[in-house]
Amino acid sequence: MTRSRIALIGLLALAVVFGPLAGTVPAQQSQGIFIPLLVYRTGPYAPSGIPIANGFVDYFTLLNERDGGINGVKLVWEECETQYDTKQGVECYERLKGKNPVLVNPYSTGITYTLIPKAAVDKVVVFSMGYGMTAAADGRWFPWVFSFPTTYWSQASAVIRYMGQQEGGLEKLKGKKIAHIYHNSPYGKEANPTLEELSRKYGFELTLLAVDHPGQEQKATWLQVRRLNPDWIFVSGWGVMNQVAVKEAAATGVKMDHLIGNWWSANDSDVVPAGEGAKGYKGATFHAPGTNFRVFQDIVKHVYDKGKGAAKKEDMGAPLYNRGVVNAMLSAEAIRTAMGKYGNKVLTGEQVRWGFENFNLTEQRLEQLGMKGFTHPIKVSCEDHEGNGPVLIQQWDGKQWNLVSEWIQPMRDVVRPKVEAAAIEEGKKLNYTQRDCSKEK
Amino acid sequence: MIYRETGQFKSSYASDQAIFPIVQDRIFVLLAVAAAFVMPPLVASEYWLQAVLIPLLIYALAALGLNLLTGYAGQVSLGTGGFMAVGAYAAFKLSTSFPQVNIVIVFLLSGLCAALVGLVFGIPSLRIKGFYLAVATLAAQFFLIWLFNKVPWFVNYASSGTITAPTRTMFGVMVTGPQSSAGARYVMAMALVALFALVAKNLVRGRVGRSWMAIRDRDIAAEIIGVRPMRTKLLAFAISSFYCGVAGAEFVFLYLGSAETTAFDINLSFLVLFMVIIGGLGSVLGSFLGAAFIVLVPIFLTNAPHLVGLPLPVALQKQIELMVFGALIIFFLIVEPNGLARLWQVAKEKLRLWPFPH
Repeated sequence: MTRSRIALIGLLALAVVFGPLAGTVPAQQSQGIFIPLLVYRTGPYAPSGIPIANGFVDYFTLLNERDGGINGVKLVWEECETQYDTKQGVECYERLKGKNPVLVNPYSTGITYTLIPKAAVDKVVVFSMGYGMTAAADGRWFPWVFSFPTTYWSQASAVIRYMGQQEGGLEKLKGKKIAHIYHNSPYGKEANPTLEELSRKYGFELTLLAVDHPGQEQKATWLQVRRLNPDWIFVSGWGVMNQVAVKEAAATGVKMDHLIGNWWSANDSDVVPAGEGAKGYKGATFHAPGTNFRVFQDIVKHVYDKGKGAAKKEDMGAPLYNRGVVNAMLSAEAIRTAMGKYGNKVLTGEQVRWGFENFNLTEQRLEQLGMKGFTHPIKVSCEDHEGNGPVLIQQWDGKQWNLVSEWIQPMRDVVRPKVEAAAIEEGKKLNYTQRDCSKEK
Repeated sequence: MIYRETGQFKSSYASDQAIFPIVQDRIFVLLAVAAAFVMPPLVASEYWLQAVLIPLLIYALAALGLNLLTGYAGQVSLGTGGFMAVGAYAAFKLSTSFPQVNIVIVFLLSGLCAALVGLVFGIPSLRIKGFYLAVATLAAQFFLIWLFNKVPWFVNYASSGTITAPTRTMFGVMVTGPQSSAGARYVMAMALVALFALVAKNLVRGRVGRSWMAIRDRDIAAEIIGVRPMRTKLLAFAISSFYCGVAGAEFVFLYLGSAETTAFDINLSFLVLFMVIIGGLGSVLGSFLGAAFIVLVPIFLTNAPHLVGLPLPVALQKQIELMVFGALIIFFLIVEPNGLARLWQVAKEKLRLWPFPH
């Protein structure tokens, strides 16, 4: 037998024996609250995944450095690369589950759908902030899932309201053509039912155009757009799909200020590759872009100046970086809420779930956090895990994003009944029963 | 010394034609299968079962299916992901439409659905061969995924297009759904794989398998000696797709719990094809070894830096993993182009002579 063959067999044996063992190495009982971070810093979704992960890590580092954690209890986290792939996400979740996580941010609608049934069994909160399964916003059916500050359905209705405002009233939308260009995945499809219902209600003509994963090839889609010549275009893209969409839109000659991305489709990395052509492109968001808030000065002082930053200082302020900060802040505040009841110690998933359900972020608290005007107050209840968040519209001026609207309220009267109906349907699939919220305390 | 067949006399045709004619082989395989059934659910952690062993078994079943088609019948296919998707969506439709039907029967029926679809997409194989056939099966992959994305009936009109495995029991034990234990799902997957591996082993050493190999080695010669190419090739496509279909159903029901079409994209087809090539074309054992290689090595590479206490950033770690894994595949194909199964065979031959090689 040749030497290389022996080497080969040796390698294989090693991999087969030690590979999975490595995954089960017991975590050294860390002193702190453990939060797994499912990130994607590689692959076609990395342009979107990197800034979010950086924002997240920087805010947690800030809490540990400045305050010694939450109320003195350190935060411990570990990143795991998923490449936005459901299978790898499941592997990550199972690997990190051994470290007693209290909450998980899947950052992928596909992974969220897979984790929702598991998390309830494992007693881990699924915090899918503004993504995931919209139906899970009905807390009576999904006690372990939280999607505040808002959902895809609320966003879609708010964007339609914004289009109406621009046209001079929602009734003016009658006869207008609106196209929805979406990532052909559970994520992209999520807004469709709401848009269809609103199209019936307001009489606009809705065209749904799917773009297949990963979204680098969109020529056919934009050819259809050219033929259709819609008045407004709504984009639900992610990762590399966004930059391609913006570039194609600019090349097709679409009016850029009539092109609105959802909040996952409006980041610096999405518009910069299109250069001048991207000017005027709009996007939805639920927090301000930029760094004119005290919390960012704190991050610079306590994180970057100590050389502990996850990114470059200049990358702060991009919408998705700020989204990571908001997500980390909401997670931390929910844990803080739970500490108010259970004491300042390492909490369990069940205790943190209570914190999420009784979450109440006031204007005053935002001020204390150095985030006044950065995002809006949120109150969560047992029934409502969405918090009914309003939406902002931001616009790219070629250099940076600027807010161009006030807070736009979603059409709660349309969305909430749909959420409740969908919750019954999705809940039944999982053999869930409806909780009686009056018995919760 | 231990592994020697001296003194084992075959006194009947049946014993001469047994799957494992050598006693030691028989004992070893029986023990290994028994251990595979009993050990993991008892000792393995949930991470092992859920993230390593269950996908390993499911991939092995899919690789086995593709190996029947590509390894034995010589028809290259890139449609594995599509056929697995057929199995998965059929199982979802069947189990939600007929909740009272036993889940194993659902799996088998969804395998049959996949077999029918495989039969249709196998028709081009009568006219085209090799790379051209690979391209034709690629069409199956893209068409099927498009179909499941496009027609909401397949997902029971769920707005997200996601299919979720409902909870089902076997002998009073939950085997699918979120509340089922990983151990139960593992035993279920193991039972199906063991059963289908046995069937495959018998298929390939019988008349059907011999006609497949005849077609693979020289189709004109096979036709002259009386093998009907149409029937043989289509049978290979049907049976292969049946295996892939059952694997696809297990993929959603026993492994992921819920899935959408991206889980069955072209990458999955390539992954299974790599398993077959690395494991060994035309070998039942090879399908298992190939699946083990493709599933375990990346997990090892991901976890290795942690194991030695080297905390690399995750992105760098992923890039390294991809590079090392790619290099390993190339290295491996150069050193042993016949796959892992061949290594095993060589080892067995050495063992027969051991410790007196001359």
